[in-house]
Amino acid sequence: MDMTVTESFITIAIVAGATLLTRLLPFLLFPHAEKAPGVIRYLGRVLPTAITALLVVYCLKDAVFSNLHALPQLCAIAVIVLLHRLTHSMMCAMLGGTGFYMFLVQYVLNT
Amino acid sequence: MDSLGFPWYYPTLMSMLIFAGAMEFVTIQLLFAPFNPLHALLLTLIVNARHLFYAITMLDKFKDCGLKKLYLIFGMCDETFAINCSAMLPPEVDRGRFMTCVTALNHCYWVAGATVGAVAGSFISFNSEGIEFMMTALFTVIVLEQWDSTTEHRPALLGMLIGSSCLLVLGPKMFVVASLGGIVLTKLLLRPLFEHDASVHQHLAMTSKE
Repeated sequence: MDMTVTESFITIAIVAGATLLTRLLPFLLFPHAEKAPGVIRYLGRVLPTAITALLVVYCLKDAVFSNLHALPQLCAIAVIVLLHRLTHSMMCAMLGGTGFYMFLVQYVLNT
Repeated sequence: MDSLGFPWYYPTLMSMLIFAGAMEFVTIQLLFAPFNPLHALLLTLIVNARHLFYAITMLDKFKDCGLKKLYLIFGMCDETFAINCSAMLPPEVDRGRFMTCVTALNHCYWVAGATVGAVAGSFISFNSEGIEFMMTALFTVIVLEQWDSTTEHRPALLGMLIGSSCLLVLGPKMFVVASLGGIVLTKLLLRPLFEHDASVHQHLAMTSKE
């Protein structure tokens, strides 16, 4: 590490402060949710499902451009969907899908 | 971290104060580069710009939470957001309290995980390759739960479609900002359609109750 300890602490503090700012800003701009402009409230209603779907794509962002083009991840996601449809249990689907993925990368693709 | 020459408590400190996964890895790179506070500030704002949209989503859900609101805002990482925005609670459960517990538990697991990893990383012999897929699995089941909770699937489909197209066209570095912009823009353009359909749905639900 090239930085002094003080410099590294300042860097961490800045990153922490700026991260907090990105989470806090809309609350500062619209302190009363019911008084926020209609368009902001509309976005608040329709964005969540789109953003969670985007987070799944985000998790695959590097795998898509690797040799296997996210094939193991997509297979594991298929297992998750199947388990979730069959058992309706989030825990079961997550553990089963992750277990399947670990099996794939450790034993099947590890050649 | 130890292998990179950092004191053992840096991961603990960073996970406790920053509490944003991707950004903590970026911070490690910042700590290796020459000291540049402005660069650190701008980079953080760009990497974490998605939080703005999380906050807009939670404006309404956090509004009656009193002082807890401050901690809820501080602790709004990807995972906490995904759980808190989708949780369907029975009416007798206090939503503010529930969300604070979710946030605090996530925060504890995160700090504990970072600390244990930093201290014990070199002693772990169990093959954990692939365990990082748990995060993808969490987001996937949340999408499925949200899917089951509504008949309006277009927002989720739009998110997936715009996200994947931006990723394929722009590549992994630029796609988050572009997709978020694309999603917000599309939703704004389709607002008359969505609002109209929502009121029709509501009307149908009300008449079927009668």
